[in-house]
Amino acid sequence: MAIQRKANIHILDGNQAAAIAAMMSRVQVIAAYPITPQTPLTEQLSQYVEEGELQAEYVAVESEHSAMAVCTSASLVGARTFTATSSHGLAYMHEMLHWAAGARLPIVLACVNRAIGAPWNVLNDQQDSISQRDTGWIQIYCRNNQEILDTIIQAYRIAEQVFVPVMVCYDGYILSHTEMPVDVPTQEEVDKYLPHYKPHTVLDPAKPKNYNLVTLANPRVGVDGKLCHGYMELRYLLQEALQNSKEVIVKAGKEFNQVFGRDYANVFWEDRNEDAEITIVAMGSLAMEAIVAADMLREQGIKVGVLGLRVFRPFPKSEVVQALRKSKLIVVFDKNISYGSEGATCSEIKSALYGTYINAAVRNFIVGLGGRDVKARELVEATKKAIASLKETVVNPDYPEWICEI
Amino acid sequence: MKANAVNLIEQEWILPGNRTCPGCALSLAYRHILKALEGQCIVTVPASCATVLHGMYPITAVNVPCVNTPFASTGASATGLVAGLKALGKKGITVLAFAGDGGTHDIGIQSLSGAAERQMDFIYICYDNEGYMNTGNQRSGSTPLGAVSGTTPVLGKQQYQKDMTAIMEAHGIPYVATCSASYPLDLYEKVKKARTIEGTRFLHVHTPCPPGWLFPFSDTIKIGEMAVETGLVVLYEIEDGIFRLTSHSESMARRGGNLQPVREYFISQGRFKTITEEQIDELQDWVNARWKQCLHRATNL
Ligand SMILES: Cc1ncc(C[n+]2csc(CCOP(=O)(O)OP(=O)(O)O)c2C)c(N)n1
Ligand code: SF4
Ligand SMILES: [Mg+2]
Repeated sequence: MAIQRKANIHILDGNQAAAIAAMMSRVQVIAAYPITPQTPLTEQLSQYVEEGELQAEYVAVESEHSAMAVCTSASLVGARTFTATSSHGLAYMHEMLHWAAGARLPIVLACVNRAIGAPWNVLNDQQDSISQRDTGWIQIYCRNNQEILDTIIQAYRIAEQVFVPVMVCYDGYILSHTEMPVDVPTQEEVDKYLPHYKPHTVLDPAKPKNYNLVTLANPRVGVDGKLCHGYMELRYLLQEALQNSKEVIVKAGKEFNQVFGRDYANVFWEDRNEDAEITIVAMGSLAMEAIVAADMLREQGIKVGVLGLRVFRPFPKSEVVQALRKSKLIVVFDKNISYGSEGATCSEIKSALYGTYINAAVRNFIVGLGGRDVKARELVEATKKAIASLKETVVNPDYPEWICEI
Repeated sequence: MKANAVNLIEQEWILPGNRTCPGCALSLAYRHILKALEGQCIVTVPASCATVLHGMYPITAVNVPCVNTPFASTGASATGLVAGLKALGKKGITVLAFAGDGGTHDIGIQSLSGAAERQMDFIYICYDNEGYMNTGNQRSGSTPLGAVSGTTPVLGKQQYQKDMTAIMEAHGIPYVATCSASYPLDLYEKVKKARTIEGTRFLHVHTPCPPGWLFPFSDTIKIGEMAVETGLVVLYEIEDGIFRLTSHSESMARRGGNLQPVREYFISQGRFKTITEEQIDELQDWVNARWKQCLHRATNL
């Protein structure tokens, strides 16, 4: 059900879109540390706070580890919190990312995707967020700046229902520093969509609680004789929350459509995949490039569709299987690599297909690391190479191919 | 009215039966700290013996709200509590960061320094058992010269202690103080005073540790007293830059300023079994010089 509303188009870069989304989500505590290419986002937020446009505490912390520690503790007294980082900053936060998810705090983090050193490189790939995939955070990737704005607002709605933190990822420079038309909602619309944060626990001297205590592996009886969870049960509940969050993500996307007129009732985007024999899979802005590549391949009579992954954690296995059921060849482009293995999305796709009736060949290409330009033409060539390789064998190779000069 | 054993608030915020060792000074200090705050606080605690004191889920030994936080993050966690309370307009709650010497002098110094530079409104109390006791006694930035530990097992530590209180004073914060668990009323008074001050307040508490320092469980108070009487620990407070000796250090200064020889202190503990005569002499000179500075600086003699 699409609603009628007047568009309010602004020309914004990705960081501006993220800053507006955080402000309109009425975040109460922001803690962040500058790092390229996230920096303009932090600066913008501190400006909103200093100018009084946003009623929030902006904490200019001395490190990203501290940024996330501020968010976890502020969240535990009942504040809605936001942070943003990239690359080394996210890596530096690693311990606290686990802590935030383990403590089940609905923090939202914007990850402006950037390569990690050594050597130094400030440009885009997705190694930073992919390296954090096992911390227990929901991860959603954006294709354009409208999605950045919309996804951050949705992220609070999702996080505060399932009590799992959400990482909203968008490509550095390609989105963060590139201006595009973005429809900016009104504050009333956002308020209508996003209720106040109701924490699961509030630290308060009137009702003392001790949070994140040492917890044994096995359940343990409390002083009231009640059996309480052990560490392992708490971990199970985190996994369960992520599993169940898929439904909440889709529902939050549908409800978003009802207020804002843009539909997000999906965990990935598809382009001409219904009749496709070959599906290209990519994540983030790369999926847009894949659509251009599909155009070119279709012109040559090759039936290509695109699956642009939006939600990477929880990984939407059954939905992916359903979408790929007709594909004979799946070509996965990854802007990340699990060294010694393959691209992370490729591993996920293969794992999703295992044990199903689908017996498609899967080819993996590593592209665009450290900001290496990815041209639609290169995706076309790689896809053709993948098609040609089917003549030799349908067996999936052990390792991915790289689109670079070696 | 000054606190004394009779008028001290009776209510307890550490419940009987916590998991610290017998004779643990940290437990004693914490008890008086929470009394001074009358439970009107939210505490953040990093990995340490204090975590052990706090208990094991679902049972806790403390009756104040508390968040356990990763080792390096205490100052930032306290910042988050302050920022969250402020954002929500909640007033009248003191945020207390309670960390060991490892969590303060070493891994947590960055987040503490950052928070103090931002003048965050919380009390930070470092209880100093002079080593990483939770992990079984390894050296820290606060382990004294000559002390053996798990990572200085043969020669003993070859470096001096880091003067964390001086480092915190250099941050220009409104209140810093040194305390000892052996002088709980002085500690109590200082926390009570700190409670009324706005900004970052730092208290350092000397907390002898029987199993780590290798002395009998029954000697905790004596060992803490000896540290003050020898001048190895000086009890003072610096309020808005004004330095005052307090408690027993003040009385010692008033009674002619004589110190007991440091040797007594070193022979009282097994951890100094390899300390050399030269090291003792060196430390005696260092203690004398510092005591002279304190007498010179004190504005209340
Ligand atoms: C990042 C990290 N490194 C190491 C540890 C292991 N660890 C836990 S407590 C501790 C020592 C704590 O020392 P201190 O702060 O002095 O407190 P104490 O145990 O002496 O009370 C160490 C090394 C940890 N929890 N986290
Ligand atoms: S090891 Fe020392 S500080 Fe830790 S609980 Fe035991 S006595 Fe207390
Ligand atoms: Mg210690």
